[in-house]
Amino acid sequence: MSAADLTRSTAADLAHRLTTGEVSSVEVTQAHLDRIAAVDGDVHAFLHVSENALETARQVDADRAAGQALPELAGVPIAIKDVLCTIDMPSTSGSKILEGWIPPYDATVVARLRAARMVPLGKTNMDEFAMGSSTEHSAYGPTRNPWDLERIPGGSGGGSAAAVAAFEAPVALGSDTGGSIRQPGAVTGTVGVKPTYGGVSRYGAIALASSLDQVGPVSRTVLDAALVHDVIGGHDPRDATSIPDQWPSMAEAARRGLTGDVLKGIRVGVVKELEGEGFQSGVKQRYHETLDLLAAAGAEIVEVSCPHFEYAVAAYYLILPAEASSNLAKFDSVRFGMRANVTGTVEDVMAATREAGFGPEVKRRIILGTYALSAGYYDAYYGSAQKVRTLIQQDFDAAFEKADILVSPSAPTTAFKFGEKLEDPLAMYLNDVTTIPANLAGVPGMGLPMGLAPEDGLPTGLQLMAPARHDARLYEAGAAIEQLLEGNWGHALWSQAPELGANGLATALGSNGGAR
Amino acid sequence: MAKAELMDFDKALELFEPVLGFEVHVELSTQTKMFSDAPNPAFGGHEISEPNTAITPVCLGLPGSLPVVNETAVRYSISLGLALGCQIAPTSRFARKNYFYPDLAKNYQISQYDEPIAFEGMLEVELEDGTLVQVPIERAHMEEDAGKLTHVGGSTGRIQGAEYSLVDYNRAGVPLVEIVTKPIFGAEHRAPELAKAYVSTIRDIVRALGISEARMERGNLRCDANVSLRPRGQVALGTRTETKNVNSLRSVERAVRYEIQRQAAILAKGGTITQETRHWHEDTGATSPGRPKSDADDYRYFPEPDLLPVAPTPQLIAELRAALPEAPAARRRRLKEEWGFSDLEFRDVVNSGLLVEVTDTVAAGASPQQARKWWTGEIARIANAQNAEPAALISPQHVAEIVALVESGSLTDRLARQVVEGVIAGEGSPADVVSARGLEVVSDDGALIAAVDAALAQQPDVLEKIRDGKVQAAGAVIGAVMKAMGGKADAARVRELVLERAAQ
Repeated sequence: MSAADLTRSTAADLAHRLTTGEVSSVEVTQAHLDRIAAVDGDVHAFLHVSENALETARQVDADRAAGQALPELAGVPIAIKDVLCTIDMPSTSGSKILEGWIPPYDATVVARLRAARMVPLGKTNMDEFAMGSSTEHSAYGPTRNPWDLERIPGGSGGGSAAAVAAFEAPVALGSDTGGSIRQPGAVTGTVGVKPTYGGVSRYGAIALASSLDQVGPVSRTVLDAALVHDVIGGHDPRDATSIPDQWPSMAEAARRGLTGDVLKGIRVGVVKELEGEGFQSGVKQRYHETLDLLAAAGAEIVEVSCPHFEYAVAAYYLILPAEASSNLAKFDSVRFGMRANVTGTVEDVMAATREAGFGPEVKRRIILGTYALSAGYYDAYYGSAQKVRTLIQQDFDAAFEKADILVSPSAPTTAFKFGEKLEDPLAMYLNDVTTIPANLAGVPGMGLPMGLAPEDGLPTGLQLMAPARHDARLYEAGAAIEQLLEGNWGHALWSQAPELGANGLATALGSNGGAR
Repeated sequence: MAKAELMDFDKALELFEPVLGFEVHVELSTQTKMFSDAPNPAFGGHEISEPNTAITPVCLGLPGSLPVVNETAVRYSISLGLALGCQIAPTSRFARKNYFYPDLAKNYQISQYDEPIAFEGMLEVELEDGTLVQVPIERAHMEEDAGKLTHVGGSTGRIQGAEYSLVDYNRAGVPLVEIVTKPIFGAEHRAPELAKAYVSTIRDIVRALGISEARMERGNLRCDANVSLRPRGQVALGTRTETKNVNSLRSVERAVRYEIQRQAAILAKGGTITQETRHWHEDTGATSPGRPKSDADDYRYFPEPDLLPVAPTPQLIAELRAALPEAPAARRRRLKEEWGFSDLEFRDVVNSGLLVEVTDTVAAGASPQQARKWWTGEIARIANAQNAEPAALISPQHVAEIVALVESGSLTDRLARQVVEGVIAGEGSPADVVSARGLEVVSDDGALIAAVDAALAQQPDVLEKIRDGKVQAAGAVIGAVMKAMGGKADAARVRELVLERAAQ
């Protein structure tokens, strides 16, 4: 089997071939390291490539050879968003202030994928402290979209999405505070899931906004996302907001979706407020084609209204900066990270470090959040935003009375060009209009490829949302919809991604998924 | 302010009414910290001396680390709230108090703000003469302690002027309960005494609950004393100062007295009091200015999103309420009544700090009066001579054994004193001392009769007098018998025998 075959395989495929002994983890890992070496100069998905990957793979192979029973994904490589603490790799959250910082512990999700014997390939790029929708706010330079290197890969988890879209990793971990998994998924033609708040541990995920952050899987197929979700999910006593329930297997749910007739009779709620103005025509076109396909497959399409979603972005940009301003206070040079080389009082050193270490978007949000929490403003800003949050939760409750799952485009547009929204933070913020409500309500959301927009040939994404704790429903329906769409296109969307050449130019393969 | 500039205390009280308020921080003696599984230095069994060894990523606020509430600390806090007569909130919330300081690992402290676990209490405090004062409690809330800074270089030992500062995060995250009173009016000239009694009562309570080591010198119990004065007849409160971290009961009393005298002197001259924290100096017996403190200090409190609300079940609260030890003042009232002590006798025991010893001795079987007599008498005398704590010299069990020997007639008071001496000298249990020193009273009538007969034979004139009905003459014979028996005879029995034998 060629190296290209290995890198274009799904995690489920690789797992199967590793189990049968058809390939070794070292071969799989080496193929991905080679791919990273070949294309990451252009894509810049990785901030750090692990020096231990091959050794980890070798141990998995040795244990398998010795007849040990191994977990399903043993030996399968995975990329890790740099927001997650890793004991053997720097963990910077895309910020200069943490340059070179190696945590003394693994995030719970990282510990779990090590326990599942997966092979960490490296750390992926992101907007600084996950603040952004384009990775342009990374302190280490942007990641480029493998579909068009002149365009953004989404954010904040552009690195994980691009790594998976560019076949540098079969799967990756992301984090989603307002869409940082789902929006990059949409613009890179990949799958991403934000689990129910509390479904996956946040311990060791460098906090942006504690009440919104959630770690989740990034992949090219729904089943692969489910397999990773099963590895990282479940109760963690180190995270007080972690739900103590037993969870059903997401992989089983995805497999039910692939084999059963799960779309017949499913009530699909079309959120009225999440389309229309501000949505690109090609996104709307693919969205309505998808709804038609679903109806043809027996789904019952119902319109639902969530009147308070209109205030979601505004509420989000009060709650997030407020929590972030407090979460980021610890970056003061006293215990870890960068220390500005100035003399003076400890306050002087703290201030100079924060001045030099944080980028402009981070500073903007710290100032916003500090203001929103200030005495005299708290009720008007933070207090009101929390009320909106409750209203949005009530909107979801009402919508899920009428529908089993809710749908919307994952993002209003396809990938935009670098610099296009950098000077207009509000336009950048509005790119998350579709994804933010799920974070505010704590419900799970999945993004999956919905075809290429006719006008620019770039990927669009479909978002599914389910009630809290019903993540399995997303995987079941998501896998079925993925199969339905691919059946209609005659191929998987990601198979249409342009080749990335050694010269760094993307060359189109031609496509059936949409005109290029 | 120099001593001479202070206003005379009585004069100050003539012109002004003092209003008090206290914030007492209690370090809970849980095994692990408030929000992490790091060992808690405030747990009695932990001896942690090396800086930065009792820490986890959570104590250091490392990126990605998350707090998890210590359930035992919550239970302790509820018990304390109940003991302070507070209501327990069905749900309370942690909040972040945001400010930058290098001893605060996250640059915010996890505390409680508008939803404390306990609120609206009333604590009965007993002054030395038995006067009871009701202190209104506003709230008791849970929070984490900060680390400890050591400022090196500079003359003041403070952060200003220091060359550099060392920070030890061992204390960061130690569970605290902060108890806040409402303004306390009407203490008048007893304000300093009340301050001491209040802190002392809280110390007794947390010790009785077993939730804190409560050693002030170690910072387990820390008192910030708020003092303000208002001119007689004025309704509006004066400007207050907050004297921080006064770390002994005596200092609490002195600091309050000092602040009353200092503020009175300033106000009497037409000056104004600066709202500020002040530091108490044990050596000079004075306070000095700390940092300005305004009511508008903005800590940007908001609910801690990393933690769920604390929602104790009614069953848990009921369980903890049922398990509460008796309140110190109520307990004293009950004991005084049960023991039948006079006011003077009881206060003597309390003020000697021997209430626990007497209680335990009574529990071991001694009569209350005997227990009191031995502890406040002979044992206190020896302790005083040796400059030791009475409780460190002898156990209540041994005292009870000695009392029992006296009451059964095996020991005379005089012999018993020797036994006490022997036990304190480390000669073993009372029984050991009695047998080793041969101190037992001779209760063999045969031996006594022989001695009585011999004494009577030697003093025929006395014998005559007794036979003539002059019973008081028997004393001389009794004395001779006691001497012959080496003191180891029961004088009352000897007297009976003398009268008996003389009559024959």
